[in-house]
Amino acid sequence: MIAMTFRILRYDPLRDAGPHFQAFRHEPKPMDTVLEALKDIRDQQDPSLSFRYSCREAVCGSCAMVINGRFALACRTMVASLPGEICTIEPLPNLEIQKDLIVDLEPFWKAYRDVQPYLQPEGETPPDGHRVEERDMETVFQYITCILCASCYSACPVVTRDPRYLGPAALAKLYRFLKDPRDKRPDAALARADSPTGAWGCDNVYRCNEVCPKDVRPADGIGGVRWALIRRRLMHPFRRMT
Amino acid sequence: MLTHDLLIVGGGLAGLSAALSADPGLKVAVVSKVYPLRSHSVAAQGGINAALGNNPDGRDDSWEKHAFDTVKGSDYLADQRAAEILCQKAIPAMYELDHWGVPFSRTDEGKIAQRPFGGAGFPRTCYAADRTGQVLLHTLFEQCVRRGVTFYDEWLVTSLVIRDGTCLGLIAYDLAAGKIMSLRAQAVIFATGGYGRVFQRSTNAYINLGSGIGMAYRAGVPLKDMEFVQFHPTCLYPKNILITEAARGEGGYLVNNQGRRFMADYAPTAMELAPRDIVARAIQTEVAKGNGFDNEYVHLDLRHLGREKIHKRLPGIQEICIHFAGLDPVDTPIPIQPAQHYSMGGIDVDATCASPVAGFFAAGECSCVSVHGANRLGGNSLLEAVVFGKIAGETASRYVRGSAAPAAAERELLGEAQRTVDRLVRIRNRQAGENIWQLLNRLKILMSRSAGIFRDGKALRAGLEELAELREAYRRAFIVGTCVRYCQELVVMVEFDYMMDLAEVILRGALERDETRGSHFRTDFPKRDDERWLRHTLAGWTERGPEFTFRTVNVDKYKPQERKY
Repeated sequence: MIAMTFRILRYDPLRDAGPHFQAFRHEPKPMDTVLEALKDIRDQQDPSLSFRYSCREAVCGSCAMVINGRFALACRTMVASLPGEICTIEPLPNLEIQKDLIVDLEPFWKAYRDVQPYLQPEGETPPDGHRVEERDMETVFQYITCILCASCYSACPVVTRDPRYLGPAALAKLYRFLKDPRDKRPDAALARADSPTGAWGCDNVYRCNEVCPKDVRPADGIGGVRWALIRRRLMHPFRRMT
Repeated sequence: MLTHDLLIVGGGLAGLSAALSADPGLKVAVVSKVYPLRSHSVAAQGGINAALGNNPDGRDDSWEKHAFDTVKGSDYLADQRAAEILCQKAIPAMYELDHWGVPFSRTDEGKIAQRPFGGAGFPRTCYAADRTGQVLLHTLFEQCVRRGVTFYDEWLVTSLVIRDGTCLGLIAYDLAAGKIMSLRAQAVIFATGGYGRVFQRSTNAYINLGSGIGMAYRAGVPLKDMEFVQFHPTCLYPKNILITEAARGEGGYLVNNQGRRFMADYAPTAMELAPRDIVARAIQTEVAKGNGFDNEYVHLDLRHLGREKIHKRLPGIQEICIHFAGLDPVDTPIPIQPAQHYSMGGIDVDATCASPVAGFFAAGECSCVSVHGANRLGGNSLLEAVVFGKIAGETASRYVRGSAAPAAAERELLGEAQRTVDRLVRIRNRQAGENIWQLLNRLKILMSRSAGIFRDGKALRAGLEELAELREAYRRAFIVGTCVRYCQELVVMVEFDYMMDLAEVILRGALERDETRGSHFRTDFPKRDDERWLRHTLAGWTERGPEFTFRTVNVDKYKPQERKY
């Protein structure tokens, strides 16, 4: 392959006045991914360059970033698929930069924790397991492919406007449990989602569906949570949800 | 100084399983160098074994048969009682995981579905499509959220502190803060995973450098059976991303450049579903004979399974092939080659996960109980992480309840933290020298060349000589960047030191063991030697290098016989 220019956003809040781009000339190998190019640039040119990575096969969720203006997992983006000779790499927006391409994910994890993201079955473990129809399990499969990479949270215009909004990943995770026949959570467990900064906060612009690298379509989950909330209201019209 | 009753290092399946079984009355925390969900357990695909008998072809299965398959697969090096614990506890463990929310695929009756896997007499591998590791890790993490487990995310442990045979705690580098921290704990569990990235070709995540194993060894805990390294037969060429054994379990064929299912020559009965050591050697032999493609790989053909089955049972594999090789397995055979995948050896622990050091425990891939012996069966690693992670949490909790906190721990830990800082400052002050990333690459090439699928004394000795040169070069390694926060160069600088130690134990262990058993194939000693080698290799750290002792394998029920598949 020919040499390319990689414009990488650099920022160390402890010493830099502000974020800035640094350009590196680098010649990627033919089948290289953007993550491999980043590693080579770090190893050969600037070992102080920081970015997150782990599995390099699009399943751990570490390396979501913005590549030539598009949300992508660096490990799954082939350099050869990028048009032109300049590749611009930026950290995820909507989150504070901790260093270079590493952002502070705490707001994202907090939203995740806030929806009670765990199965709430009734009773003790059945001695020979739960009985679940395969077709019911398959409806859950759409959502369990989520790798919590934070692309959707980062791309969501509602999060930009209101950081209290739970964001797409957390709501889709909640819906994964609402769809699970084993889950028997009480209505009170939905209180956080049943609020203007919960499922009702979504603007239906579907940026989350567009940027999701795993085709989770989080907006389906948000819509599903809304219907579940309405259904529970209709079943118990006089009960307060909180 | 942070003080805990119990610290668990590693946020993969074994670590989280330990956190969930620890006594809730104790002050427990998990320390992980990445967010727990980024741990390599997430990449496991095919499944987890338990003799549930849910598949119509598995009605006659039992945990005893599972234990037999495990022992035979191990080439009789596994400790048989430990293997029985693993297989017996597998059954209630599956139901507990189900109750915690693991979205297992289901049978027509709504029970947990099971598929055939290599080296197993019955279809006993439970799965969630081909994303089993991901759903298990996410589910255990969800349970940790439910219980409010404390996490120190993105903290790299830099040393384990042991004095007079007792564990005192840890020193760690907090990446986000850029600080060296001391953590005092009465008990420590290592669940730090494998070391795949000591090799050039590996299915493992980039983060699997294995420093945890080297750290325990340096601190005085022996390592066991480190010469046994598993090479997975089917890894996507050329990126070495794992293509699950389930692809063969669902009926995939291995085919050479003459269009022939060559496993007929190596394992006429089990064919593609022979254990991994046998299939990996078969592929390597085919390529060496000129029956491969581009002298590098053979084909894994799934086309006859049909679009629907591939889409339903192997969606992750389809996605990987499309994105990383530009082909769809529905229409095109997958180019595959063997690559390093798993470590059977590890930190020496017994079946309660206790090491010879008071207060120090280990579980999962970093440990060696041993249940996998000389070769692990597919579907047994997730199981080991879940079952022995849980045992480790219980054993460590009992230890904390039954012993007094060691005196003078604080002074020792602060002293160790200061020595760590001094050492890093010394490295930082070097103005020129060796680039650490390039040293890492040299180590990987060395290990792949000398301790791969086929080994011999000459190559192993050459590897040891080259390793000695690398040690010299490491003394001159320096840090280019001046950042203190998220300094990944510093992370590798610390980890590399331990990696050289564990590489030496692998090479020396492979040289000592002059026989062939399971994954360890010596071309100069191609026969198994039960007279001399039905024993574990134990390596203890000394200034001059590893010192080896040997321990006889516990054989009671299953007498060693020739492994035929």
